[in-house]
Amino acid sequence: MTTKHTVSVLVNNQPGVLQRVSGLFGRRGFNIESITVGESEENGLSRMVIVTTGDDNTLEQISKQLYKLVDVIKVVDLSANPMVARELALIKVNAEPIMRPEILGIVETFRAAVVDIGPASLIVQVVGDSDKIDAMVELLRPYGIRELSRTGVTAMIRGSVK
Amino acid sequence: MNVQTEPKRSKEELIDKLTQPDLITGSEILLRSLLLEGVDCVFGYPGGAVLYIYDAMHGFDDFNHLLTRHEQGAIHAADGYARSTGKVGVCIATSGPGATNLVTGIATAYMDSVPLVVITGNVATNFIGTDAFQEADITGITMPITKHSYLVRDVKDLPRIIHEAFHIANTGRKGPVLIDIPKDVSAHKTIFKPVTEVNIRGYNPTVQPNKMQVDKLIKAIEEAEHPIILAGGGVVYADASNELIEFVNKTQIPVATTLLGLSGFPSAHELWLGMPGMHGTYTANTAIQNADLIISIGSRFDDRVTMNLNGFAPKVKTIAHIDVDPAEIGKNVKTDIPCVGDVKAVLEYANTKAKPANNAAWIAELQENKVKFPLKYDQTETELKPQFVVEMISETTKGEAIITTDVGQHQMWAAQFYRFKNPRSLVTSGGLGTMGFGFPSAIGAQMGNPDKLVVSINGDGGVQMCAQELAICAINNIPVKIVIINNQVLGMVRQWQEIIYENRYSHIDLAGSPDFVKLAEAYGVKGLRATTKEEARRVWQEALDTPGPVVIDFVVPKGENVFPMVKAGDTISDMLMGDSE
Ligand SMILES: Cc1ncc(C[n+]2csc(CCOP(=O)(O)OP(=O)(O)O)c2C)c(N)n1
Repeated sequence: MTTKHTVSVLVNNQPGVLQRVSGLFGRRGFNIESITVGESEENGLSRMVIVTTGDDNTLEQISKQLYKLVDVIKVVDLSANPMVARELALIKVNAEPIMRPEILGIVETFRAAVVDIGPASLIVQVVGDSDKIDAMVELLRPYGIRELSRTGVTAMIRGSVK
Repeated sequence: MNVQTEPKRSKEELIDKLTQPDLITGSEILLRSLLLEGVDCVFGYPGGAVLYIYDAMHGFDDFNHLLTRHEQGAIHAADGYARSTGKVGVCIATSGPGATNLVTGIATAYMDSVPLVVITGNVATNFIGTDAFQEADITGITMPITKHSYLVRDVKDLPRIIHEAFHIANTGRKGPVLIDIPKDVSAHKTIFKPVTEVNIRGYNPTVQPNKMQVDKLIKAIEEAEHPIILAGGGVVYADASNELIEFVNKTQIPVATTLLGLSGFPSAHELWLGMPGMHGTYTANTAIQNADLIISIGSRFDDRVTMNLNGFAPKVKTIAHIDVDPAEIGKNVKTDIPCVGDVKAVLEYANTKAKPANNAAWIAELQENKVKFPLKYDQTETELKPQFVVEMISETTKGEAIITTDVGQHQMWAAQFYRFKNPRSLVTSGGLGTMGFGFPSAIGAQMGNPDKLVVSINGDGGVQMCAQELAICAINNIPVKIVIINNQVLGMVRQWQEIIYENRYSHIDLAGSPDFVKLAEAYGVKGLRATTKEEARRVWQEALDTPGPVVIDFVVPKGENVFPMVKAGDTISDMLMGDSE
């Protein structure tokens, strides 16, 4: 059964390592829905969080193929565990002064924030799981979205240290 | 220079000199490190970005450097050296066009898990990324076809990187590792301290198997009625031929060897069934289709072996897979008993437990098939048949030669009709199917095996892809026997066009090929030709009696096809057996 998986990949912080990982996904026909990279808790290592879709066999291959890369230290299927997954989005939405109260109402309900105000637009910052961001985007769409930028998902397993 | 150059100084003297802490350039570090890794032969081609390296090689005679005539020749030679010796093959090329000329050879080695260390020069670090003269992002270009790669940014890292590269190339699942050295790095100096340890956190190949899994395999053997072993290149690369023979003798399970596995199991063994797959034997393919237990040993269920997976091994109950690369397990077929580990280590353990399978009826059936459906060809005519040429080479060399092949019909005939005795005696491009590989790989094989007879079997098409390397054989007196099975066409393509494309022969005519005898002579190499069986015998004997390199042009009719054949998309039950059936 094809489902969404969130995979965390601990890698050496080397030039080209992002290319190695993303290239492997491309070459082997694995899907990348989103990919985020940043420093990890350990000096010299970065953590990539990749959201992908596939069945269990694909996921197993993804993990095994990733382990073949010399710069890959650890691969964890976060979605096999209770996890926290978060994405950040910045949404620049049309907002003539007259429309603003309405928009602010939405922003508040979603516990999002307005981080910039222009003469006819607002930038809304929203953090949450991807569904929440999708919902926010849908609600703001009728006002006219000028620009949308999403970070992709970063994630962690709850509680127990992995 | 002769192939058998005597070392200029004793090994101890050399090591003593090499390990003195000196302030030396990156280039000298490279040469010293290569020597410390035990390299005795390097294939290469100079250019601007590697001139410091070549300068350091001036007057240097602690290892051989062979100047090929094309970088492709250099890397295939390094590949042939590695496959035939089990040591790491090394080649050097300059930046940009030199490096990109290596790409086909790197991909060839990667597909067949051949340990290579490929050294490329690059433009100076401050020019990288500026589209400088002869700049190419060779680490980027080769990422999908290398096991690992390095772009060296600091000369201080060079000793560690070279040592790591050799370690990665020749452990676990072997493969090519690229080291890209910018020009300034090869010129910078640092104090050289040899690195003797490796500590790569993300790289820990599993060598020892999980015993429980192997025990399961042993149990499955006890329960199987129609067991078969599929042995691949992994057996050869792990130097596990003896362990495989012992395993087969103990379990009495018949063996099919893939193209790369052919030399890993003696053709003379009575439980050998031949090669399976597209041009496999009737017996091997039928055995797979009727097997209830398949034990893949160092073989990766390549599509040329399995053909259409939907009809592959329909009666199999259990698939066991022994492989050093966990990613191979379950990649193409569902595996019931995974045994990750070095093939030799797995078989060594398995041999402590193995008992005969209960399969006498099965063996009898397969033996009968071997007699009823042998590989055959039309022998009645006086015409010189390509299969005859291979059989003749097989008989006269008693299966003791190292055979390298190019790609095409002749490759399949070599696989079918040469009777292999020793591991590492077949050097052929299996995974990538690289034309142009056969001849230069023979040069490398000969450099690595100066005392053995090396015979390179080529088509008249592929031999022209690297024929310029005749120069290397001539000037270094490398005594390879370069056989050309000359059918005047791109034979394998012709066969497909005949059988699958309804005789529409599109662009396969090799008219305009040189007179190969004259071509050889132009390089100062002996050239011989045969057009009949009788001439073939005489000329071949003359070639064997000639101490140096010889090109032998065996002119054969162009219509011959390789059988059995399974068409792409069909299952291995759908073998075409050819007219002579
Ligand atoms: C570099 C490369 N180009 C094209 C092919 C496709 N190909 C496979 S076999 C073959 C024909 C080979 O002809 P020849 O070398 O004369 O050998 P024969 O099949 O006649 O023995 C070709 C073109 C290939 N394998 N490699």
